[in-house]
Amino acid sequence: MMSYKIVVLAKQVPDTRNVGPDAMTPQGTVNRSALPAIFNPEDLNALEQALRIKDQYPGTTVTVLTMGPARAAEVIREALYRGADGGYLLTDRAFAGADTLATSYALSVAIQHFCPDVDLIIGGRQAIDGDTAQVGPQVAEKLAMNQITYAEEILKLDGRQITVKRHIDGGVETVLSPLPCVLTVNGSAAPCRPRNVRLVMKYKRALAPLELACDTSYADLPYGEQYERKPYLKLPQLSCADVGADLNQCGLSGSPTKVKSVENIVFKAKESKQLTGSDEDINGLVRELLASHTIG
Amino acid sequence: MANYYSDIPQIKFELENSELMPRIVELKEDAYAEKDQYDDAPQDFADALDNYDRVLEIVGDITANVIAPNAEEVDAEGAHCENGRVSYASKTYENQAAMIQAGLNGVTMPRRYGGLNLPVTVYTAANELVSTADAGFENIWSLQDCIETLYCFGNEEQRQKYIPRVCAGETMSMDLTEPDAGSDLQSVMLKATYDEENQCWRLNGSKRFITNGDSDIHLVLARSEAGTRDGRGLSMFIYDKRDGGVDVRRIECKMGIHGSPTCELVYKNAKAELCGDRKMGLIKYVMSLMNGARLGIAAQSVGLSQAALNEAEAYARDRKQFGKAIIEFPAVAEMLSNMRARLDAGRALLYETARYVDIYKALEDISRTRKLTPEERQELKVYSKLADSFTPLAKGINSEYANQNAYDCIQVHGGSGFMLEYACQRIYRDARITSIYEGTTQLQTVAAIRYVTNGQYAGVIEQFEQQDVSPEFADVLSRIKQMTAKFNACTQLVKEAGSEEMHDLCARHLYEMVSEIIMSHLLLRNAQKDKGLFGKSLEVFVNLAEGNVEKHATFVGKMTPQRAAEYRCQ
Repeated sequence: MMSYKIVVLAKQVPDTRNVGPDAMTPQGTVNRSALPAIFNPEDLNALEQALRIKDQYPGTTVTVLTMGPARAAEVIREALYRGADGGYLLTDRAFAGADTLATSYALSVAIQHFCPDVDLIIGGRQAIDGDTAQVGPQVAEKLAMNQITYAEEILKLDGRQITVKRHIDGGVETVLSPLPCVLTVNGSAAPCRPRNVRLVMKYKRALAPLELACDTSYADLPYGEQYERKPYLKLPQLSCADVGADLNQCGLSGSPTKVKSVENIVFKAKESKQLTGSDEDINGLVRELLASHTIG
Repeated sequence: MANYYSDIPQIKFELENSELMPRIVELKEDAYAEKDQYDDAPQDFADALDNYDRVLEIVGDITANVIAPNAEEVDAEGAHCENGRVSYASKTYENQAAMIQAGLNGVTMPRRYGGLNLPVTVYTAANELVSTADAGFENIWSLQDCIETLYCFGNEEQRQKYIPRVCAGETMSMDLTEPDAGSDLQSVMLKATYDEENQCWRLNGSKRFITNGDSDIHLVLARSEAGTRDGRGLSMFIYDKRDGGVDVRRIECKMGIHGSPTCELVYKNAKAELCGDRKMGLIKYVMSLMNGARLGIAAQSVGLSQAALNEAEAYARDRKQFGKAIIEFPAVAEMLSNMRARLDAGRALLYETARYVDIYKALEDISRTRKLTPEERQELKVYSKLADSFTPLAKGINSEYANQNAYDCIQVHGGSGFMLEYACQRIYRDARITSIYEGTTQLQTVAAIRYVTNGQYAGVIEQFEQQDVSPEFADVLSRIKQMTAKFNACTQLVKEAGSEEMHDLCARHLYEMVSEIIMSHLLLRNAQKDKGLFGKSLEVFVNLAEGNVEKHATFVGKMTPQRAAEYRCQ
C-alpha cells in the first residue's frame, strides 16, 4: 500500500475573531499582545485533511512546518496532540518582517531542506491576521508544483494522483492533479479532530530550544532527564543558515510589500430613519424597498 | 470557547484537594513503575495530577463543543431498530467519533491492554461532564466500565482478547434484566447450556430493558445450572457480537434518554464464553458490575443536576418581569440556591465515594500480582466497606437530587418550561430514569440500611466530627452534630422496636437523614479549604438538611409497630 510524505503549513495568529477594545494599536496595526495566539483556523482544517490520509494509508508521515518566534512552537505541540508525527519551528531574526513573498520563500527552502521528496503540502486557505491567501500558491510556484486552492475535501488519493473537491464561488469543482502538489484548504472543510489524551500526556513537555530561558538547558528543566530519554520532547528548530536560505530573499529585505499608510476607519451611518411598528410605516418601508429594487 | 471542565471549578477542586489522592495515584501507578515504559505514564504525583487536568480539559472541550450542541437533535431523532440491528441517532456517531479520536475509551484499564490507567475518580469526572452535555450519550459511552468486571474476573486470554477492543472504542452492554426479572435478578431464566461438540456455551432466551443492547461485547447473566431457581444457579458469560446469534427484537419507546437504545434481545443458540467461575454470576460478578454502574449513575445524576442549574440560572438572569431579572426575586433565588447546594453536596458525596472505590480497587488489583502486607489488607478492608456503604448513598441521593433540580429548573422557566422549546424539558425527562435504573432508590435504601443499623455510618460521622474546624465554622459543626444526635436517637428507636415492618418503613427516612448529615460534613470540609467556592452552599445545604432531618425525626420518632401496620396495602 502507498504511503505519503505530507507537510502541513501552519501559522500561529492573533485571534482576530474575538476582538476587544485594545485589539488595534493607535497606529492602526494589530496589537498582538492583546489578542490570544491561536492555531490559524483554516490550518486546522488542513491538518485534518493530512491526518485523514494518514488514517487511511499507514506509514504516511505528517510533519508540521511553522515560521515564527519561540511561542509559535505551540502550534507544533497542538498538531502533535492531534496526531502529527513531528514538526519544525522555522525561526530566525532574519525572517522578521517577512511579507507573503519572503514567507513563501523561507517555507519552500525549508521544505526542500527537511523533506525534499514531499508528496503533498497542505495549508489553510489563508491566515486570519493577513487574509491574503497568497502563501500557499507562492510555495507551489517556488517548488514548481501544481496547486489546488479552496480545497474542501480529498475525494481520492490513488497512487500518484489526487482528486479534490474545490469550494468555488457559486458551486463546487472537482479537479485532479498528479503528485506532488500543494493544497490550500477552505474553512468549510471538515473540522479538525480533538486532541488525543494519550498524545497530550506524551508531548505536553515538548519544547523547542528557543523556548528555553537564556542560559537554561533541557537538563535544567523540571523532569529534565526526560529530554535525554525521549528525544521527541525536543522540537527541532531551523534557522536561516540551517536551511541555506539566501538572506536577501528573507525577512524585510526579501519583502517588496511596503505599507504606505494605515487609516483608521470608523463606520458611521449616513442617514437613519425611525420606524414604528404601525402598518402604515411597514407598508411605506416595503414600498420604498421595492422601488429601490432592494427586494422583489 | 466553552469548556465544561474549566467552567465547573468544583470538579477540579475534588481532584486536587483530597488527602486520599496521593495514595490513590501511588496505588494506581504502582509506585510509578511504568514511568519509563510508557510515554503517557506520569513521573510522580504532580505529573499525574497535571495529566488528569489535561485529560479532563479535553473532555470539557468535546462535551461543550460537540456533544452538547448535538443533544437536542439526538433527543429528537432517537435510536432506530431495523432487521434486528440498532443504529444510533446520526449525531450520536459524531459524538462517538470525537470520543474515540480523543482516546477516551478504556479510561481505567491498565496501559498494557491499551488503556489510560486513570483512577475511577477521574473517570467519574469525565462521566459527569458527558452527562451534563447529554445524559443519553453518557449511557453509551460509560458502559465501557463493564470492562472492569471482565478485567477483574475474566481469564488472561479473555482480557487480551476484549480489553484492547474496548480501549479502541468498541461498546459494551450488561444483559441482566428479563421480563420477569427486574429488581429481582435471582429469577433470571436465560438458558446457558454447554455445547460439548463445539466446546463452548450456548445462550437461549430473551432479555429486556438492555441499555445499548446491540453493543459489540456483552456481559450476560444466564442460568447455567439446569433445574435451579435462585441466584446460585446463575453464571456470567461474554457474548461477542462478531459471533452472531443475538438479535434485537425491538427498542423501547421511552420518556427520556432517547439517544440511548433500550433493547429487547433474543438469543438464538448464541455462542458465549464463561466469565469467571460457574454459579458466581449473580452473587459476585453482578454485584461488582452493579456497584460500578451505580457510581456511574451517580455521576450521570450530578451531571444532570449541573445541566439543570446551568439552564435555570441562564434563564433567570435573562428573563425580566416586573422590570427586573427574575433571579432578583427571593422566591426564584431560593430555588437556584437550593439547586446549587444540592448539586455541590451531591457532588462532594460522589467524589468521596469514587475515591474510596479507587483505593480498594487498586489494592485489589495489586493483590492479583503479589501478596498484600497486613497493613494493606487492613486498608483494603476499610475502603471496600466504605465504598460499599457510600455507593448506595451516592446513587440514590444524587438521582433524587437530579430529579428535584430538573423539576425546579422547569419551575424557574415558568410557562416556557412547560413548552418543548427549552433544554429544561429534555433534562427533566432524562433525569427521571436515574432514580429507577441500576436499582431504584428504594433498593439503594435496602443496600444502605444495614450500614445504618450496624453503626458503619455513625463511625464515619464520628471521624468527621473530629476534624479541626476553624472558629467561623464552629456553629455549622454544632448544627450538624445536633442533626446527628437526632439521627442516632431515631436509629436507636427503630432498633429497639424490634419490628421488621417498622424497620423497613423507617429505612428511607434514616437513609435520607444520614446522607444529608454526611454531605453536610463533606461540604464543611470543602468550605474550610475554599470558602469562596463552597461557603454559600454549605450554609444553604445545612438549612435544607436541618429541615429535612427534623421532618424525618418527627416521622420516625412517632412511629410504632402498630402505626407501621397502617401502611399495609392489600
